[in-house]
Amino acid sequence: MVVSGRPGRPLAPGRKLLIAYCVLVMVFLLLPLAIVFPISFSSAQSLQFPPPGYSLRWYRTYVNDPVWMAATWRSLIIALWTTALATVLGTLLAFSIVRGNYPGKAIVNQIATAPLIVPTIIYSIAVYGLFAGFKMIGLWQGIVLGHTVHALPFVVMIVGAALRTFDATQEQAAEGLGASKLQAIRRVTLPQIRPALISAAFLAFISSFDELVIAMFLGGSNVTLPKKMFDNITMEIEPTVAVVSVLQIVLVSLVLMLAARFGAGARPVT
Amino acid sequence: MSAGLLGLRRDGPAIAMGTVPLLFLLLLFVYPVARLLSFSVEGGNFAHFEKALTDGLYVQVFLETLRIALIVAAICLVLGYPLAYGLAIASPLWATIGFAFLLLPFWTSVLVRTYAWMILLGRNGLLNRTLLDLGIIDQPLALLHNRTGVIIGMVHVLLPYMVFPIYSVMRRVDRQLLSAAEGLGASPTQAFRRVFVPLTLPGVFAGATLVFVISLGFFITPALLGGGRVMMIGVQIERLVRQFLDWGLAAAVAIILLAAALGIAALLRRLLRGDLTWS
Repeated sequence: MVVSGRPGRPLAPGRKLLIAYCVLVMVFLLLPLAIVFPISFSSAQSLQFPPPGYSLRWYRTYVNDPVWMAATWRSLIIALWTTALATVLGTLLAFSIVRGNYPGKAIVNQIATAPLIVPTIIYSIAVYGLFAGFKMIGLWQGIVLGHTVHALPFVVMIVGAALRTFDATQEQAAEGLGASKLQAIRRVTLPQIRPALISAAFLAFISSFDELVIAMFLGGSNVTLPKKMFDNITMEIEPTVAVVSVLQIVLVSLVLMLAARFGAGARPVT
Repeated sequence: MSAGLLGLRRDGPAIAMGTVPLLFLLLLFVYPVARLLSFSVEGGNFAHFEKALTDGLYVQVFLETLRIALIVAAICLVLGYPLAYGLAIASPLWATIGFAFLLLPFWTSVLVRTYAWMILLGRNGLLNRTLLDLGIIDQPLALLHNRTGVIIGMVHVLLPYMVFPIYSVMRRVDRQLLSAAEGLGASPTQAFRRVFVPLTLPGVFAGATLVFVISLGFFITPALLGGGRVMMIGVQIERLVRQFLDWGLAAAVAIILLAAALGIAALLRRLLRGDLTWS
C-alpha cells in the first residue's frame, strides 16, 4: 500500500513497517477467499492441496446434482422475494422515521434496528418456535419472512441516511405546483434517492442469499444453498463446496461492483 | 384543536407509511422473540435462570464465550488499528483498493470463509504443511477443532467491524493538531502517541465493543471450527433446542446473552452519544 508521503522524500522506516503490516493483514483477509479457487478446479477424487491436476469435474458434479441445483434455485427465489419485501417495507419505514414527528417515533426506530442487535441464533429459534406452531417449517415462504426481518435494518439505515440528506422542500415545491403527495414522492424524491435504494436492495439480496441460521431452522428438509453447504462441510470436506464458494465470491464481487457503479453507501464509511 | 392533534394530522402520511412495516416487525420479530423469552419463566418461577447461572456446565459456557469474545476483540484491535491508520493516510487510489479488499471478505458468506479456514488450518492443511516444509515446526500444530481455530475464524469475520469505526474517526482527526504538536517540539512518534491515538479512542471503543458484542452471539464459526469441542453460548442454545428440546432453559440462556449484548450496546451508545455515523 503506497502511502502519500511528502513528495520527493523516501518513505520513513516507520512508514515501510506500516505498509508491510497492512499488506500482511490484507493477506490474512484475502487468503481464505483465494484458496477456494484452485481447489474448485481440482481433478482430485478428494480434497487435496495443491491439486494434482486441474479440471472442471467438480463444477460438473455441482451442475448435474439435482440436490445442489434445487438448493441453488430455492436460495435464489428466497433472496429475490426477500429483496422485494425488505426494500419496500424498509423504504416505507425509513420515510416514516425520517419524516414523521409523531409520538413513539423513537420506539419505532428502536424496533427497526433491533434485529441487528438480537443475535441471529436467538431470533432463529424464536421464529422457529412460532412457525412450528403454524406448521410452517419447510416452507420457503417462511424463510422469506425470516430473512426479510433480518434484512430490514440494512434497508432502513441506508435509505434513512439518504433521506436525511435529501432536501424535503423539493417535495413541497412539487406539491405547491399541483402534484399530490404521492406524485411528489414518486416523481421527485424516489428518483433522487435511487442509488441508496439500489444499494439497499443489493445488500438485502446478499444478506438473504448467504444466510444460514434462520434457513437452517425454518427450512426443514427443504435445504437452501448455505444449508446444503453446511451439511456437506460437516459430513466431509470435499471440493463441491469450493465450487459453490467460488460462485458466491464471484457473485459478491459482481454485486459490489454494481453497487459501487449504480448505488450509494456500499462503502459503509462516510 | 390541540397542537398534538394538529401534529398528528400533519404526520398522517408518515404514520400511514410506517404502519405496515411496523406491524410486520411486531408480528414477525417482537412477538416471536417475546414469546421465546417468556418460556424462561414458565411455571412461574426462576428455576431455569437458577440452573443457567449455577450449573457448572452453563457457567463454563458463559466464561468460555466471554474469554473468546475478549481475545477476539483484542486481536482485532491489534490487527485493525494499524490497518485503519494505513487506509486513513493512503492516497485515494490505494484507499479505494484497500477498501475493496476489506469489503470483499466482509460480504462473502461466513460459511464460505469458515470452509476455507477448515482447509487452511487442518492437520494436513496448507498452513501446517507450509510450516513443516519450511522446517519451522516438527509436528503439525493443532489449529482446528479447538479454541485457536474458532478465534482465527472469528477474527477473520469481525476484523472489518473493528476497522470501519476506527477509520471513520481517524478521518475526522484534524491533521493540524499533529503539526502543532510537532511545532511545539514533539517528535512524530510522540505526536502520534500523545495526540493522535487519544483522539481516535472513541473509534477504538466503538470497534472493540461492536466486535465483542457480535462475538457473544456467534454460532456458525464455533460450530464448524470448534468441531463440537468449543462451547459458546450460541452453540449451546442451538443444542438445547434441537437435541434436548429444553425451550425453558434455552430461553433463560438466551435472555442472559441478550441482556449482556443489549447492556454493552447501550453502554456503547452512551459513550458515543449516538454517533454511529459509520454504519
